[in-house]
Amino acid sequence: MNTIAAKQYQQKTHPRMRFPTSAWLLVLPLILVLGVLYAGPIASVLWLSVTDPSPGLGNYERLLTSDALQRVLWSTFRISALTTLFATLLGYLIAYTMLHASARHRHWIMAFVLVPFWVSVLVRAFAWLTLLRTEGVLNTALVSSGIITTPLDLVRNEIGVLIGMVHYMIPYAVLPLYANMQGIDRRILNASRSLGASPWTTFIRVFLPLSAPGVAAAALLVFVLALGFLVTPAILGGGRVVMIAEYVRVQIMQTVRWGVGTMMASVLLITVVFLLAAMSRVVDIRKLFGAK
Amino acid sequence: MLSNASGEHSYAISGPGAGRAHSLVFTSLSKTYGGLRAVDDISLRIPGGEFLTLLGPSGSGKTTLLMMIAGFVQPTGGEIYVDDRRITDLPPEHRNFGMVFQGYALFPHMTVAENVTYPLRVRGISRAEAETKVRSALALVRLGGFEDRYPRQLSGGQQQRVAIARALVFNPDILLFDEPLGALDRQLRAEVQVELKALHRRLGTTFIYVTHDQEEALSMSDRVVIFNRGRIVQAGGPGELYERPKTRFVAEFLGTSNCIKGQLVEKAPDSCRIQIGQRQIVHAGRPSASTGEILLAIRPENLALSPTEPVGSPNRVQGKVLQAAYHGPTSQVLVETEIGPVTVMCLAQRTLAELAPEKPVWISWSPEASVLLSE
Repeated sequence: MNTIAAKQYQQKTHPRMRFPTSAWLLVLPLILVLGVLYAGPIASVLWLSVTDPSPGLGNYERLLTSDALQRVLWSTFRISALTTLFATLLGYLIAYTMLHASARHRHWIMAFVLVPFWVSVLVRAFAWLTLLRTEGVLNTALVSSGIITTPLDLVRNEIGVLIGMVHYMIPYAVLPLYANMQGIDRRILNASRSLGASPWTTFIRVFLPLSAPGVAAAALLVFVLALGFLVTPAILGGGRVVMIAEYVRVQIMQTVRWGVGTMMASVLLITVVFLLAAMSRVVDIRKLFGAK
Repeated sequence: MLSNASGEHSYAISGPGAGRAHSLVFTSLSKTYGGLRAVDDISLRIPGGEFLTLLGPSGSGKTTLLMMIAGFVQPTGGEIYVDDRRITDLPPEHRNFGMVFQGYALFPHMTVAENVTYPLRVRGISRAEAETKVRSALALVRLGGFEDRYPRQLSGGQQQRVAIARALVFNPDILLFDEPLGALDRQLRAEVQVELKALHRRLGTTFIYVTHDQEEALSMSDRVVIFNRGRIVQAGGPGELYERPKTRFVAEFLGTSNCIKGQLVEKAPDSCRIQIGQRQIVHAGRPSASTGEILLAIRPENLALSPTEPVGSPNRVQGKVLQAAYHGPTSQVLVETEIGPVTVMCLAQRTLAELAPEKPVWISWSPEASVLLSE
């Protein structure tokens, strides 16, 4: 009841802000920049997707008829979903460990999580290639030590793409998860223990449900970003795993079929917008990512 | 209020005599953090069924002690026993103590009923039995009908009742309270104090209550233990502590006291004379030392204020009003006297003109009103 009263109070004292006309002048440069650099190009992509090569929904029709397009969509979805699963799982473990580590250890873990953040995605993809390819560090070590006889196929396939993408995504999973876990009141966990629950029961019945918003935020963020991955799947997939962004690049740069390329880009954009809209019905997205 | 609402469901929760009240004993219990002694060599026996309050300023070690009792903090030295059972290393979930946390610590993702069922569920108690117990626990705290609400849909006072119901539904051996009333407004706090006291009478369980609010401590407890810097300063019944504080800390922490320093000049069998500045006053007590510096405490309500010299009184000093604060039934008057600034509490019928600043007044008190402090 208190929170409802507080909300009403807020609404009463802070009505929707009214901008005087002169204030719009101050925002105008930003609106122009956004219009020219952001809204304009997006509009032209959407426009091209329904006009090139001929006006109409011909490009979109291909989604239903072309096996190649459906394969690209399916592998994009599958790889993104698996990346989301593994990155969120690993991110949860890392965030949970950070929460219970000493301050010094926590700083070290955070540093190791964040350092790859600042390394170019290209460098990281080639680094994984060096480690994982047939004559790479890992296979050489495993073969020469006699653990395996034939090198494992770890790159130029979906496994390679997954390893590279999960690695790239871990910071994006850790940060919202850690922020959420930090907000969980320790006293609530203590309460569970004092009421007779073991540490494991406390985790399953109390901690896990309370960290669910963090899991949702991490998964959503990772999934949305994974849908648009270009460099990592291109390098670690070795051309055999084509995701939507790579497909768009080929259409525009190589086969010069702007209509199909922009159509796929639009599909990606629309999917993400719908995904966010659907999620926002379940959870408060702005709160999820700390904008509120 | 608690007792008349519980009605026919009360059989499921232990009433007076149902089950034995458990005693709690600490022997030289200590907790150090780095070089800091948060709890410093405390030995205490809490008899079964007592309402004991741990009172002290923040950082005095009272909460650390409670956390050691609950099992969340491992002592660096000493032992804890329930009855004759050593529980020093037992994890919290095996201690069977109910605890009401500061800020209630309700499970926000569970309804009221789920919150209260939780301790029964983790104990594997059958659904039917749990339902009966939960119903009577909620009736006991007057929350029948709120089963399906979530904590965020309840007021602070209601959340607090849920926390109490959850802590007592499984018939704990001992109930622990960590400043449970801190978040409530003054009026509600007074109400809950009465209810907690009634609940204690009804259950007969040992209650251990931590607070920094002296009023709370005095109004509810059978016994109060005053903490300062990790040590017990004084323990005793509320009246004893208030009327016979042993140290300046206790005298000033429990209510207000005027502490006055003087020199012992004459010692009789049951009284003594003390020199303070140019004045000599009489104290109805016998200091152990025969000479030297003496510290006395006098409660503001034991001082009398008069516009003219109270000739009959053995202890009287002259002064002038510095300021007066109106508190409704009483007024607190700060008077600058020849023995230093003194706070006087008087009934508020006095006219404000009488208490105007710079007004000359006399202060007097009986020899029995002063208490000798050891330090």
